[in-house]
Amino acid sequence: MNSKKWTVTYIIHRQKADEEKHFDRFTLEVSPDEFVLDGIERIWAYQDRSLTFRHACHHSTCGACGMLVNGVEKLTCITAIRDVTQDGGTIRVEPLHNFPVVSDLVVDLAPLYARMDEVNAPTVMPVSSLPDSAGGIDGTPEPPKFDNEPILRLIDCIECGLCISACPVQASNPDYLGPAIIAAAHLHDLGKDTELCNLLEGEDGVWRCHSAFECTAVCPSNVEPAWRIMEVRKEMVKLNFQKLLHSE
Amino acid sequence: MSKPHAIIIGAGFTGTATAHELALRGFDVTVVERGNFVSGTSGRTHGLLHSGGRYCVKDQESAIECIEENYILRKIVPDVIEPNGGLFVAFDEQDLAYEETFIKGTQECGIPIDELTKEKTLALEPNLNPKMIKAYLVPDGTFDPLRLALAFAATAKSNGAEFLLYHEVESLIQDGNGNVVGVKVWDRTSNQRNEIRGDIVVSATGVWAGKITAMVGGHVPIQPTPGVMVAFDQRLIERTINRLRKSSDGDIILPQRQMSIVGTTSYEVEDVDYNPVIEDQIKQMIDCAIELTPVAEHTRIRGVYTAARPLIGSGGPGRSLSRTFKCFDHKETDNIDGFVTITGGKATTCRGMAEQTANVVCDKLGISVESTSKEVPLLSYRKYYTL
Repeated sequence: MNSKKWTVTYIIHRQKADEEKHFDRFTLEVSPDEFVLDGIERIWAYQDRSLTFRHACHHSTCGACGMLVNGVEKLTCITAIRDVTQDGGTIRVEPLHNFPVVSDLVVDLAPLYARMDEVNAPTVMPVSSLPDSAGGIDGTPEPPKFDNEPILRLIDCIECGLCISACPVQASNPDYLGPAIIAAAHLHDLGKDTELCNLLEGEDGVWRCHSAFECTAVCPSNVEPAWRIMEVRKEMVKLNFQKLLHSE
Repeated sequence: MSKPHAIIIGAGFTGTATAHELALRGFDVTVVERGNFVSGTSGRTHGLLHSGGRYCVKDQESAIECIEENYILRKIVPDVIEPNGGLFVAFDEQDLAYEETFIKGTQECGIPIDELTKEKTLALEPNLNPKMIKAYLVPDGTFDPLRLALAFAATAKSNGAEFLLYHEVESLIQDGNGNVVGVKVWDRTSNQRNEIRGDIVVSATGVWAGKITAMVGGHVPIQPTPGVMVAFDQRLIERTINRLRKSSDGDIILPQRQMSIVGTTSYEVEDVDYNPVIEDQIKQMIDCAIELTPVAEHTRIRGVYTAARPLIGSGGPGRSLSRTFKCFDHKETDNIDGFVTITGGKATTCRGMAEQTANVVCDKLGISVESTSKEVPLLSYRKYYTL
């Protein structure tokens, strides 16, 4: 830890009820090893009690504090100030894209939750049944079991909405299922779920993706939605091909 | 007769669980929360679903509450819990000297334990420090903090409860006799100020309970006691690892998704709106993590944060204060009617806290409805947003 303090200026998106949006500037002293959220919380505590923002766990397990930091989707609780600005510099903070803004930095994630429910996204699964992730990040190896009880783990997706905010397809087509939702669907045995396959194959499903891979770039939780979207596509092709064979 | 109307201040674990409990018992419930769900102490928990093992020697009342509520939460809200158990691990002679006391404590509190050999323990948890001698398995678990609160809120909402987020209580409304009859709130999303009146006001504000009570000249003996936690960027263990000794700083590491959380320190503060992370304590936590799981030394740190426990009773140092909870009827403590405070406790015991608070509220209003929350499965946390 470096104890030398920096002076930084937060430039924060403000909007109440029907007001026009604008930006407010707040200058404060920080440690560069602190996180962007720490500064936002201090602005609320000591400078402007009307500032609204979402936050809960402060260690990236709840997904509440997703915002745009200098234009990029970040979980502000694990984004070190050192990584986004410099001494004397600025940090621009805005609400996520592609969700309705409630006020200031707060967005309404209800559409995400509704769609996660629509694909019956699992929440807790046996570690051994979680697919390995791609891109060189090892999934948790299957641990030894205790008296045949499976080890259960909360699945990686924390439903933070960063991938939805970063997705260029979502921006132009709000009805697109979206990366987090397709990634969650990937955890199901698609061969046994015709209804889910129909949803994924529909006009707002997996074939909408333009392979921008922005979702994987911003995902803070090793979900790798883009890779999973590609995997679901392969699975769809395979299932359709099998269907074709069986129908002849 | 119209339904009684309860106003709950705070949407942490206690507030959301109390909203659920009172909605089940037929109340109209309005929750006012100055931030969003669990944006105070609750959200920043390390997420331990306590078996009670940590308190079974020094604080048996809390330990018994924990094991009872642990089993209930596993049953009513399994979709937010990693139920994989926990280990109490002995590393040296001093730890072994605590063994007999620990076993006796678990027996007295009804906490089931299994003794594991060194070989078996290391087979289960290969990243544990191989200097360990033996371990005991207990029914610990971990939970997702936001989802636990949302599950209570979703179920409460399905039973008619209303949640007003970003509504900060600026004062309590009193009648001519000084009794509390409502709250004045500032809606921070619209800058509007409103009054809400009800039959009872329940303060579920944790470390801020003193502030709310002081608005009407009342008093609760609450000692905010923050602690620092460090999150590592790897799932180093599959179960909660506790040091087999009297609870102290940095003696626990927990798995959460692909992370591990080490905690925690204990110090006391007065103002809790912002709790700075104390740098020396970060180093202390990292050293503790390395002692339990040496591979932590080569693991990236993902986050560092502070949470302020609401401990009841001032006077002694934080570690010696009980983890149990207390419901204060301010008619009895300050001669102010219509106003109840629930504080203290653990996330694990939030449903029990809600049940007892609702008992006090029902008694005060002369209502007789039994609690059913032990048996009622909670809705998915997502339903809060989709109902």
